[in-house]
Amino acid sequence: MPTYQVTVNGVSQTVDVSEDTPVLWVLRDHLDLVGTKYGCGIGQCGSCTIHVDGVAMRSCSLTLAQVEGKEITTIEGLSEDGKHPVQEAWREVDVPQCGYCQAGQIMTASAFLEQNPNPTEEDVKNAMNGNICRCASYTRIRKAVMIASENMG
Amino acid sequence: MSNNSSNKLSRRAFIRNSSIAGGGLIIGFNLLNSCKPKVVADAAVDLASLDYNDFNAFIKIADNGAVTIFSPNPEIGQGVKTSMPMIIAEELDVAWKDVHVVQGVLDTKNYTRQVAGGSQSIRFGWDALRETGAKAKHMLVSAAAARWGVDPSECSVSEGVITNAAGETLGYGDVVKEAAQQEVPEEVTLKEPKDYKIMGKDAANVDIDEIVTGAPLFGLDYKTEGMVYATVARPPAFGRKLVSYDDSKARAMPGVIDIFTIGEKLRGLLEEEPRITNITSDSDKVVVLAKSTWQAFKAKEALEIEWGEGTKGESTEQHDKILTDLLNGNKFETRRSDGNIKKAFAEADQILERTYESPFLPHNCMEPMNFYANVTDEKVHLAGPIQTPEGTANFTAKLLGRDIEDVHLEMTRMGGGFGRRLYGDFVLEAAEISAKAKKPVKLVFTREDDMEDGIYRMAIKYRIKAGIKDGKVTAYHLKEAAINSNMYGLIPNFFPAGAIENYQVDTANYDSNITTGAWRAPYTNFLAYAEQSFFDELAELMEADKIQMRLDLLDKVNPEEDERIQYSPDRMKDVIKMAVEKSGWGTKPNGVYQGFVNYYCHNTHVAEVADVEIENGEPVVKKITCVVDCGIVVNPLGALNQIEGGVIDGVGHSMFGELTFEDGKPVANNFDRYRLIRMKEAPVVETYFIENTLSPTGLGEPTLPPAGGAVANAFKAATGNRLYKQPFTKTPELLKAPAKEIIG
Repeated sequence: MPTYQVTVNGVSQTVDVSEDTPVLWVLRDHLDLVGTKYGCGIGQCGSCTIHVDGVAMRSCSLTLAQVEGKEITTIEGLSEDGKHPVQEAWREVDVPQCGYCQAGQIMTASAFLEQNPNPTEEDVKNAMNGNICRCASYTRIRKAVMIASENMG
Repeated sequence: MSNNSSNKLSRRAFIRNSSIAGGGLIIGFNLLNSCKPKVVADAAVDLASLDYNDFNAFIKIADNGAVTIFSPNPEIGQGVKTSMPMIIAEELDVAWKDVHVVQGVLDTKNYTRQVAGGSQSIRFGWDALRETGAKAKHMLVSAAAARWGVDPSECSVSEGVITNAAGETLGYGDVVKEAAQQEVPEEVTLKEPKDYKIMGKDAANVDIDEIVTGAPLFGLDYKTEGMVYATVARPPAFGRKLVSYDDSKARAMPGVIDIFTIGEKLRGLLEEEPRITNITSDSDKVVVLAKSTWQAFKAKEALEIEWGEGTKGESTEQHDKILTDLLNGNKFETRRSDGNIKKAFAEADQILERTYESPFLPHNCMEPMNFYANVTDEKVHLAGPIQTPEGTANFTAKLLGRDIEDVHLEMTRMGGGFGRRLYGDFVLEAAEISAKAKKPVKLVFTREDDMEDGIYRMAIKYRIKAGIKDGKVTAYHLKEAAINSNMYGLIPNFFPAGAIENYQVDTANYDSNITTGAWRAPYTNFLAYAEQSFFDELAELMEADKIQMRLDLLDKVNPEEDERIQYSPDRMKDVIKMAVEKSGWGTKPNGVYQGFVNYYCHNTHVAEVADVEIENGEPVVKKITCVVDCGIVVNPLGALNQIEGGVIDGVGHSMFGELTFEDGKPVANNFDRYRLIRMKEAPVVETYFIENTLSPTGLGEPTLPPAGGAVANAFKAATGNRLYKQPFTKTPELLKAPAKEIIG
């Protein structure tokens, strides 16, 4: 099996997996970073969202070859102390119900706010539309993203 | 407040008694160690190793005063891991910020029953949880009083510190060892709601830090040393059976450890437990065991399997006809019958009859089904997301031919439940796989497995007929035709039972080979929409005010004369009146169309009003106003989350939810072809509570059923079209504004 050099949360790692292995499963099974969640495996639900060079991407639909030489950030590495403004806003609003999709929601929201620090509520709805929350915590996600944008600005 | 225990009870007996006081049927209590994150020691809990500072099943107080409260029930996102410990902490009189909450494990050795479901955790736990906290507090105070040589009545407590009349203080941690030796009080005084310091105040989810930082919490995150991954090739359609398979390609794939079949043990149980086929196929299934999840998934795709026909594959088209035939036929069981509907219909001036249809729905928990099992000669270690830990542990013990005492089950946080995780089919599979592989195994469903091998909300049709005489509703006949099973016993006594003199509920069902079961707010999740759409249409026919008609019906209900009546007409009227006021019912500007629903289920009274506006020629749900009477609200922040989630879930599934079958096979198997509500479609939810000091009732489910009805009634106002079929998007031609709206 081929060997890949990847940088995850600032740490360079060598991974030995078959070339079709999605980044999602490399993170979860090989690197023990289980914060990134498996939801659908086909890029439809957003539970597995990570940052690749700061851009939100679906790790279930990425191979290591596509991310070699790039910086991967997962929910575990979003902030050193767990206090990224988006994480803080999630705490303030108490967004989660079951919580399973929330890492993906937070990763989508944090990348979006980097690109668009002062969004309207419509912008937020559009940006977050790709992430399914089966518990339907959508109203709180909206609120938390708006609060995070204020705190980041 | 007292229980039936004698005051000579041992500490262990107190634990046991607490669990029985909890209502037995619904709630079970447990203690012991936490569900540890990440790699855990693969060992059953040793009861003897416990710190002796445990008071009872819930409370552990360290010498330094730190308080750990064990949350008894499984957490599926309904918030009980936060709210149940809050109830204990309130009566124990400790500061909530000083409480550490830990998920308990199943302990079949000391407890008789552990089940969560039906929105009943708080309701059934209410007395027992408060008593538990109060009794522990009493013992702590008695211990301090004994040390001081004063009467306990001279002592007061604030936030875990006991103070005597002389102003001396002792912390709970200072006296915990003596307190644990105190006799358990027979009677304790519980707080008045006005004195609550924790309940009624917002408390964030106790797992919030782990969730927002991605710490291991869920079943899929659970790992042990040496664990391998399993995935299962299942019959591709309901009714199919394994004939043969060729695994030569799959075996050659990277990471594959073994490939074998399971099913033998399950079939061995069939005679004793025929209900197994209600939750899973009795066909052999092919298991791939691999070093990683992805390797297992890939190797499964490389299997060449021949499936034969066991029983005939069914289709949605066929179900549609079967349900209609059932409604038109006479194979009904009568669930409730008042007066004489036949006579009343014969004498009626006007009759309204309508039929409503709903599809199969998968649960689609975001965390696909999975479970960990390690079956060894010494023990059976199970861990993962399950709503019914005890029943599942018992089932697994039977499957493996083991004593229940060998089984240790840990509950992880669940990535959603919605009823799917009431059924432990995946636990039985994991156990059979581990027993055969002789390895610790994590069974993982792909999303496709999860959707194609579900235990679905069944398709149902309702036919409702009402008779009107002299401007009054004199007869009401509800018929239910369902796949596999019918509404449970209490539902025929929900509104409008008791409000209409001649009233009858009849049910009929068809036995399908497609597995079905409970889905968030079983039966009512669809019935509320059917019935409340019907009431609106009835009011239109009677030229009556829609709200007044409902209030008039409620005026006729007298629960004191009929103990079968489940709801309170007064509480129902209160939610209706508040919803009228808060939603601005009847006072909205042009272009805002409203739909009204009042409903009762899971012991909770709810009214919802949907506000719909026309955008691009189509009606769009903008806002739902929701009024809830659930008694005392333990944790308002968590309660609002349940309500908002339930409402939007209800809107989403009535709009989009549908799983169809062709030749026994679900047509959709992932979110590309199965539509769930997303951010842009989620309306604003505005919630109001009826404030009272009545005991708390259910909240995980009751706001879901009314939502679909409120939307349907508002869509009628907006488009002029009545919707008789869910999902509403199934009939797009009815989701168009009248021409004037499009032009205007």
